[in-house]
Amino acid sequence: MIVLNVNGRDHSLDVPPETPLLYVLRNDLQLNGAKFGCGLGQCGACTVQVDGQAAYSCLLPVSAAAGRHVRTVEGLGTVEKPGVLQRAFETEQAAQCGYCIAGMIMRAQALLDANPRPSEAQIRAHMQPNLCRCGTHMRILRAIRRAAGLPPDGKMEAA
Amino acid sequence: MTSAGLIRALCAAGTLILLASACAGGPKLPPPPPQSFDRAEVAQGFALAKLGDCQGCHTADGGVAYAGGLPLKTPFGTLYTTNITPDAQTGLGRYSKDAFVRAMRRGVRADGAHLYPAFPYDHFAYADDRDLSALYAFLMTRRPVARTAPANRLIPPANIRGVIAVWKALFFHPGPPAAPDPNDPRARGAYLVESLGHCGACHTPHNALGAEQTRQALDGGYQEGWYAPPLNALTPASVPWTPERLERYFKTGLDRDHAAAAGPMGTVIRELAKAPDADRRAMAVYLAELMKPSPAGRGQTALVDRAAAAASAHPQGASLYAGACASCHEPGAPMMLQGRPPLPLGTPLHEADPRDTIQIVLQGLQPPLGGAGPYMPAFGSSLTDAQVAEIAAYVRARYSDRPPWSNLTAAVAEARKQGAS
Repeated sequence: MIVLNVNGRDHSLDVPPETPLLYVLRNDLQLNGAKFGCGLGQCGACTVQVDGQAAYSCLLPVSAAAGRHVRTVEGLGTVEKPGVLQRAFETEQAAQCGYCIAGMIMRAQALLDANPRPSEAQIRAHMQPNLCRCGTHMRILRAIRRAAGLPPDGKMEAA
Repeated sequence: MTSAGLIRALCAAGTLILLASACAGGPKLPPPPPQSFDRAEVAQGFALAKLGDCQGCHTADGGVAYAGGLPLKTPFGTLYTTNITPDAQTGLGRYSKDAFVRAMRRGVRADGAHLYPAFPYDHFAYADDRDLSALYAFLMTRRPVARTAPANRLIPPANIRGVIAVWKALFFHPGPPAAPDPNDPRARGAYLVESLGHCGACHTPHNALGAEQTRQALDGGYQEGWYAPPLNALTPASVPWTPERLERYFKTGLDRDHAAAAGPMGTVIRELAKAPDADRRAMAVYLAELMKPSPAGRGQTALVDRAAAAASAHPQGASLYAGACASCHEPGAPMMLQGRPPLPLGTPLHEADPRDTIQIVLQGLQPPLGGAGPYMPAFGSSLTDAQVAEIAAYVRARYSDRPPWSNLTAAVAEARKQGAS
């Protein structure tokens, strides 16, 4: 039995220890926000937070997440009451097909949790591992700036 | 060292300080105009700057090439590399060619102050006149950039430059510059490896005062939280290096039977890839010869894959590996079909020190030359120290016939500390 804490709730799971966290989230816990993209840690669609840090859930065995705090996009808010970052993504219309967005939001959330007012360079370096094949990166960056209360065009480096 | 020896060294150091002060305050020359340099000489200097990876150290992250400011962590504190663009106030602008040659060969600044030996003048001392002249021509024709490096943060007494004179008296006794036969690739390779290439600055062990232990030249050393493996018969490579393979590795940062260039070597490859083919070839010829297993040595090791034994010794490591690593590293995985080194051949797994394996898991791999080069995601933020240690113990037990690594969890914590910038 593995006890997994997701979004503040403990779940007892009878799964092989090497099962990727992503499969457990989607198949056993019906948390379908995180997506399977490449399965190789190269696209970021599966990104969740583990102990506050962004992690590829497709390459994280569930046993490695046991006893730690896992947070998924479902933990940030609901359709009725979206979180600050989710609302910013919506306002900026940052999703095209939407497949990458849960991962984008969770990676960005990890940055804002550690650093509520990041510089433009810090945002870009932090978001670098996550890919969007529709090409909405500019809107994604605007959404992150909006959530952080930064100027939408990212031009504030002179300060 | 005996006390008499120490006194001799200190006297010699005193003399050096006096000499250095006598040289101080030379004429303030205006920078020579770029058009005063011969274009062929500048091109030759470009090639040498690539071979010596001047840019790797003398460029800050995201900064202008050669304008300095990169922090170098040493056991004695943090040094910031200098601006070597020809800016008159903050760079090399007022260096005459003689002053430049003296800095390269003797580690003395234009104003007479000593340079810290993180600048590897113990290697550059062997560079010949023509090469230094070409390098000078190349640097003096770069675009001048006004940028002063942040002040060094060194612990006493290393923060006093005069102490470098003592260090030099103890450890810096270079022979005369070498002038190899340009038509002999092996001699040219040896010259480049020993002088401007300064391979030993990372691949030779250093003593407690940061000097290379020349009797153990290229026996393997430590740099920026990474282990630079031996470049001689002590090589941990499972399959012998050949000149052809080394040459390709220098150009692409990847060899299927050994490894992908990572850590500080990734930076080196970015520059080495732009060096002339003939020089890369010459270095490859020389280094392949150095790495030939000695007759009494191991020769080729049989490749090992002891999955069952490793899993029973490290069950937790085996399950972490299955979930985190196998989807790329097992035979038949998409990554393996792209010609990446199979783990039984991966040089880091056979090294005496676990830190390269640990750093690759923590930091992942970025393709040094961009494009479709070898890439591995970083696991540092998703795995704990104990989990990384379990994986390292498991892959070592499974793929190497060398003795197990010890104190792995502590080594992971240390690698995290040293790898963080």
